[in-house]
Amino acid sequence: MQEDNNFMSNNAKKIAGKASLYLIYTFIGLIFFLPFLWMLSTSLKAGGEIFVYPPKFIPTEPRWENYVKAVRAIPFLIYFRNSVFITVMAIIGTVLSSSFVAYAFAKLKWRARDKVFFIVLFTAMFPMQVTMIPVFILYKNLGWLDSFKPLIIPYFFGGGAFNIFLMRQFFLTIPESLSEAARMDGCSDFGIYWSILLPLTKPAMITIALFTFLLTWNDFMGPLIFLSTKEKGTLALGLAMFVGQHGTEWHLLMALSVLILIPVVIIFIFCQRYFVEGITMTGIKG
Amino acid sequence: MTNMSKNISNKQDQTVLGILFSSPWIIGFILFFTYPIISSLYYSFCHFDIFRPAQWIGLGNYKELFTTDPYFWQSIWNTIFYVVLRVPLNIIGSLLLAMMVNRSLRGITVYRTLYFFPSLVAGVSISVIWMWMFNPQYGLINSFLRGIGTEGPLWLGSIRWSKPSLVLMSLWGIGGGRMILYLAALQGVPKSLYEAADVDGATGWSKFVHITIPMISPVLFLTLIFEVIGSFQVFTEAYVMTGGGPLNSTLFYNLYLYLKAFVDFDMGYACAMAWILCIAMLALTILQFRLARKWVFYAGR
Repeated sequence: MQEDNNFMSNNAKKIAGKASLYLIYTFIGLIFFLPFLWMLSTSLKAGGEIFVYPPKFIPTEPRWENYVKAVRAIPFLIYFRNSVFITVMAIIGTVLSSSFVAYAFAKLKWRARDKVFFIVLFTAMFPMQVTMIPVFILYKNLGWLDSFKPLIIPYFFGGGAFNIFLMRQFFLTIPESLSEAARMDGCSDFGIYWSILLPLTKPAMITIALFTFLLTWNDFMGPLIFLSTKEKGTLALGLAMFVGQHGTEWHLLMALSVLILIPVVIIFIFCQRYFVEGITMTGIKG
Repeated sequence: MTNMSKNISNKQDQTVLGILFSSPWIIGFILFFTYPIISSLYYSFCHFDIFRPAQWIGLGNYKELFTTDPYFWQSIWNTIFYVVLRVPLNIIGSLLLAMMVNRSLRGITVYRTLYFFPSLVAGVSISVIWMWMFNPQYGLINSFLRGIGTEGPLWLGSIRWSKPSLVLMSLWGIGGGRMILYLAALQGVPKSLYEAADVDGATGWSKFVHITIPMISPVLFLTLIFEVIGSFQVFTEAYVMTGGGPLNSTLFYNLYLYLKAFVDFDMGYACAMAWILCIAMLALTILQFRLARKWVFYAGR
């Protein structure tokens, strides 16, 4: 009887413990999500309703027309097109060139290989500010300023140390026997790279594409320095300009922020597992 | 004999192929790294406004930076303040969160996703959202504080709170990549270690200090290196949210460098600043690698 009682209370304790755990987790999750809710709710409020205390999370009447106003306040469609174009080109450049270069470091045996690979990693330690100014002058002399070239073309030259490293790690997991067999059949190294390794490293390519997407979609300093004509701006640049000009129209600012975030949300929903796998991959081998 | 010659020709082939396959990187390395870094060093000894040819002034820029430019020192102070506050809070925050979600609880992946998502918001978007969160009159934070009976600070508008505000904002991303890395590392710690410690009657805290921390220290070290480098680069937040104010309290190093280079067009001066940053970062990284010998534990080495 005594024992039974103990057992019951233990069980109850367990349940209570679990319930409080869920409560804490949900509470923390709510804190993480509040800024999003705040942004969404503000984006649907009337101009005057923003400046009300205490603030209401649910607007009396959702003003969807805020989104129309926000899109008209800046050349939104042009900026959207520019951002998409730059992002897509940067992704293509990064995925192609980082995998191509990684092939040399993972699948070929040559004399200076490991030394060169060390230099690749070493360049990641340098802040971009060191090269920024001469690169700016270089682009000026090439006539690339105020075009998308500075924001796209560099991605075709290796795609960055981090991505080369990531791609190399993936290539190393593919057994050497596969390339050997193809070589016996008279397949060239380019053929091995293109028709054997690339199809097998789809997850790695998606991961790199995702990282590049986030980097270029959110990039601010690049467009700020290299673009000057208004119509050539990106969404991030346009949003920053809008802050400077209409800093108190929070409902429109939040509507624009929501619109910029939508592609990120959609891509995250569809590619969640590649984020996690990619991040884990870098850490374990690093 | 034929076999041997085949082997040799194979080897030669691979050297050519190796250079061929790595050539995009090699060209990029020369064009976008080596050449700029050398000319940046040269410009740092010049007076250069890009409209007229660079004019050699020796150590002039460096002398001015270290002896007469008050903003240079202020930007260094601001940046160090920000880095020292941000790095430990972010790393501890991510670790705590990773330990929290490292449980076999039904629906735990939902929470992981919930905590992860904010880390995807970056650059101008996160700045705009938090400008509104921090708004002293109508922002969510001060509205909440008023609700519980206190008046919050001016946040971004206060000299005292502007930098801590930006640190607070950075904590929104603690559930991101770093948390995932820590989670993977925590799951890789052998259970037998904890069981052995249990037999010896170890407390939770001593298990954490003597088992968990050493076992995940390689990942802690890796994220520490990147977090330090990343924090020193703080730019967009300050540019968009505060413009370096109030009273230069968020004039970070890279913001000042940007203003010198692309607003004042004092390119030589900015190059000198960039080189100082570069040397400081390399020294700091080397120092961290040295210190790592004392606390980073590599199993099986």
